[in-house]
Amino acid sequence: MSAKISVQNLTLMYSDGVESLQNVSIDIIANAVNVLFGPAGGGKSTLLRALNRLNDLADVDTAQGKIVFNEQNILDPATDVIELRRKVGMVFSRPAPLPLSVYENVIYGLRLMGERNKSLLDERVEQSLRQAVLWDEVYDRLNDPGTSLSGGQQQRLCIARVLALEPEVIMLDEPTSALDPVSTAKIEGMLATLKERLTIILVPHNVQQAARTADYAGFFLQGRLVEYAPGKELFLKPREKETQDYVTGRFG
Amino acid sequence: MENSDAARTSRRNALLGVNLLRLITLLTALPVIGVIVYIIVRGAPALSWEFISAMPREGMRAGGILPAIMGTFYLTLGTAVFSVPLGVAAGIYIAEYAPDNRATRLVRIAIINLAGIPSVVYGLFGLGLFVLFLKFGTSILAASLTLSIMTLPVIISTTEEALRQVPNAFRVVSTSLGATRWQTIKRITLPQALPGVITGVILGLERAAGETAPIMFTGAAFFLPLLPQSPLDATMALPYHIFVISTSVPGMPVEIQYGTVLVLLIFVLGMNVIATLIRNRARARRQW
Repeated sequence: MSAKISVQNLTLMYSDGVESLQNVSIDIIANAVNVLFGPAGGGKSTLLRALNRLNDLADVDTAQGKIVFNEQNILDPATDVIELRRKVGMVFSRPAPLPLSVYENVIYGLRLMGERNKSLLDERVEQSLRQAVLWDEVYDRLNDPGTSLSGGQQQRLCIARVLALEPEVIMLDEPTSALDPVSTAKIEGMLATLKERLTIILVPHNVQQAARTADYAGFFLQGRLVEYAPGKELFLKPREKETQDYVTGRFG
Repeated sequence: MENSDAARTSRRNALLGVNLLRLITLLTALPVIGVIVYIIVRGAPALSWEFISAMPREGMRAGGILPAIMGTFYLTLGTAVFSVPLGVAAGIYIAEYAPDNRATRLVRIAIINLAGIPSVVYGLFGLGLFVLFLKFGTSILAASLTLSIMTLPVIISTTEEALRQVPNAFRVVSTSLGATRWQTIKRITLPQALPGVITGVILGLERAAGETAPIMFTGAAFFLPLLPQSPLDATMALPYHIFVISTSVPGMPVEIQYGTVLVLLIFVLGMNVIATLIRNRARARRQW
């Protein structure tokens, strides 16, 4: 196990002075499903958005500490954020296809890079949709609007869209919170295959999902990382009382 | 029993209220419909191919109004050339780039206030700046620039508004896939906002096409025997022509007056209808 991303003493503060992450240190393990869970407002999404600098869009004011990815501190202002975002992809909790066709949604990131080679694009569309277990359902409607798909399909489209960029890390922020159990199972099943080639960070939408999917799990509470351990260990024998209370459903 | 009585009363009151609102709406619509019907009835007999394609004769008391129609067309086109690129660019900047600080708010307030300035003030401003100081003379150029300044706030505000209506999720998603701000605008935000932008542009230009005051000092002529040959020539224009033939030409046939008004009305309402069609079409197609 090696760290794909190493977060070191990260403290993030919103411009209104509210601290959203307090001195968080965590190693995201390569080729594993890294689950970050805990009650709402714990700082999970904030951490995700820091990892690809999407926080730049929000009013995050001060950041202390380091996030090391490929031997580079990505909080460094000189970081090429465009390059970073291609390598550390993000899937959001609400499926959000862009107002484009299925095909154009998948290759959106490649278009931004100026890719014009039709056969490469075609190939990448099929490959990405297959990886996202969506190809068989949409191969004959690639030119339909992305929004014409069902909710579960839309979310897999959003995953395919990230995969098309061949990222090193894929972050999923409660990707199944708006989906039915069948779609949820499809996405969870996909993760097991995907982690062979890339690193996965998942914010699950409940504890059960966390326990089902986690190779490594971190429990977040009010901006602190309470505990971080291999999944089995954390869910069966949590070290901290706060973790145990949450995992066993005593609060949250 | 008491309860159901109360419910019945409140239902009756609600019904009464709605009907009252219906009546008031009808009352406000009536004058507009009345004016339009009256103008059509009085102006329609004057309309003919000659009326819209021939030069005026006998001191404008006969013949057509071609130079006024062409003039209004040129002025609208000239206004579009200056105000559309500038207004859309400014709207994009304010909606997508400008930081939310005091300076931006000041600019936005200035733009809103610009929309409230009486049009005659624009006319005098254009006279001072474009006609006299920049020495464009009374010309299509000077009048178009004056109308552009008047139209800009409308175009800027509607562009900004149309961009703001595009869901923010699109911007976040696009950014997360490696888009620069400009790529997001070019590929997603602006295309999605375009119908709203076009509607705003047309409504702004429609107002410019119907204005008299801004052009009477800057480019409109009482009567010209020839069509304008260059942007530096003065021109006749429909709104000013209506003013002239209804106040300054003795013995003017009434049909020509109403006919000219009808032509301007068709011009302006036509633009309005186009704007509405674009908006409805876009709304039906929108995926969000």
